[in-house]
Amino acid sequence: MKKILSIKNISKTYHTNQGEIIAIDNISLDINEGDFIAIVGSSGCGKSTLLSILADLEKASSGTYEFYKENAKIGYMLQVDALFPWLTILENSILGLKINHNDSKENIEYVKKLLTTYGLKDFMNKYPSELSGGMRQRVALIRTLAIKPDILLLDEAFSALDYQTRLAVSADVYKIIKKENKTTIMVTHDLAEAISLADKIVVLSQRPSKIKKIYEVKLTSANNPIDKRKAKEFSNYYDTIWKDLDVNV
Amino acid sequence: MSEKQIKYLKKIKRNKLYIFLTQLGIITLFFIAWELGSRFNIINSFIFSSPSKILKTIIELIKDNNLFIHIFTTVYETLIAFFLGIIIGLIVAIILYLSKFLAKVFDPFLTLLNSLPKVALGPLIIIWVGANNGSIIFMALLINVIINIITIYNGFINTDENKIKLMKSFKATKPQILFKLVIPSSYNTIISSLKLNISMSLIGVIMGEFLVSKQGLGYLIIYGKQIFNLDLVMSSIFILVLISYLLYKTISIIEKKLLKN
Repeated sequence: MKKILSIKNISKTYHTNQGEIIAIDNISLDINEGDFIAIVGSSGCGKSTLLSILADLEKASSGTYEFYKENAKIGYMLQVDALFPWLTILENSILGLKINHNDSKENIEYVKKLLTTYGLKDFMNKYPSELSGGMRQRVALIRTLAIKPDILLLDEAFSALDYQTRLAVSADVYKIIKKENKTTIMVTHDLAEAISLADKIVVLSQRPSKIKKIYEVKLTSANNPIDKRKAKEFSNYYDTIWKDLDVNV
Repeated sequence: MSEKQIKYLKKIKRNKLYIFLTQLGIITLFFIAWELGSRFNIINSFIFSSPSKILKTIIELIKDNNLFIHIFTTVYETLIAFFLGIIIGLIVAIILYLSKFLAKVFDPFLTLLNSLPKVALGPLIIIWVGANNGSIIFMALLINVIINIITIYNGFINTDENKIKLMKSFKATKPQILFKLVIPSSYNTIISSLKLNISMSLIGVIMGEFLVSKQGLGYLIIYGKQIFNLDLVMSSIFILVLISYLLYKTISIIEKKLLKN
């Protein structure tokens, strides 16, 4: 498989008046094209920080990362949909294109096609307040896909949704990502979500975060996340990774 | 529509009508009591005037072709201060937003200026700017602009962090974040501050006219007091009440229109 991104010895230290906090300690990881990787870890372990560094929202204190593709584009999706209430769904979806002055006719057509394919055709000219939480998150994904990213970064992208919507939306998003064949790195604290979506799970230790273990997820049953949860290996993965997380309540 | 729904709507309508009629009743009673009180010498009509005297004075003012000049002067000064206040407030708020350093530097000064009763600067303003309209507008501007800056700036810094993060993930520049996100998302805050702004402007203008003026409702009030014509004072206050209500109402209507879209 072709390597698309390699993370080399990345560390991140935060400085506050109270002192230094080492969030990430020397993480290295290779990502192949088409991978769906989930990063899990207990809360506050710095997993979102890693995504922020890859999305260029924060600088690493040391270490580098390298894309094996020229001008690799990053699509970043947050926990909240962050749709602008004063813009229509279509305008929201092409926000990234507008900012990069990339809103050519073809690109807008592409976004319209995405909206149509994923059941939002009738809502293009509506405002976000008229949509359900699940639909809004789908719009957020399309807004991310609109810039044709080479790698998708999902930062707890489903955590703000209620449980049922969350299952439905993660199934939706999984389908979309597989269909558009995007390399994806997802950060989540929800183990079941990680096992049901990803092909590879990276377990981070508590702060300062290091990579504790990496699992290749191999499930016998079908291709969508809801079926995957029914696979007999599912609970084994869950138990093993849960022990790795070493959660002390 | 079900019968209950119709009943419910009727009830709401009736309730509104009752409120309006009661309000009307209070005002009418007030004027009647005032008028009768002065006619039967229960109150001193020289000091307290009376509705009929006020009406007479207003008619005289109109006949002398004076009234509208005074109204126009006050409204005109108020509107200039109002618009200047918005523009300057917006520009300063943008500058403060773009530079965290400047915002921190000026924070105590803004608080200081905000808590200072600006009317205390009146005598100085007259000497600096001159005894003319300029002083009055400057005074009103001073009163409204500090609040404008603070309100608009607060609107700016309360922009949703996640939306800013999103913009940054698209590699948006600072001006792009400002014009595509921060200003539009503060739109409601800015529009809602207009009502406060128009009241502040009017307060400033009247205060300015008290200190220095040859025209305007504030001038009429002071002039009436000086020649001890309290009918004139009362008439001017009465007109001022109407004007301030009209200005406020106009801004409210505009605000409602703008917020809807």
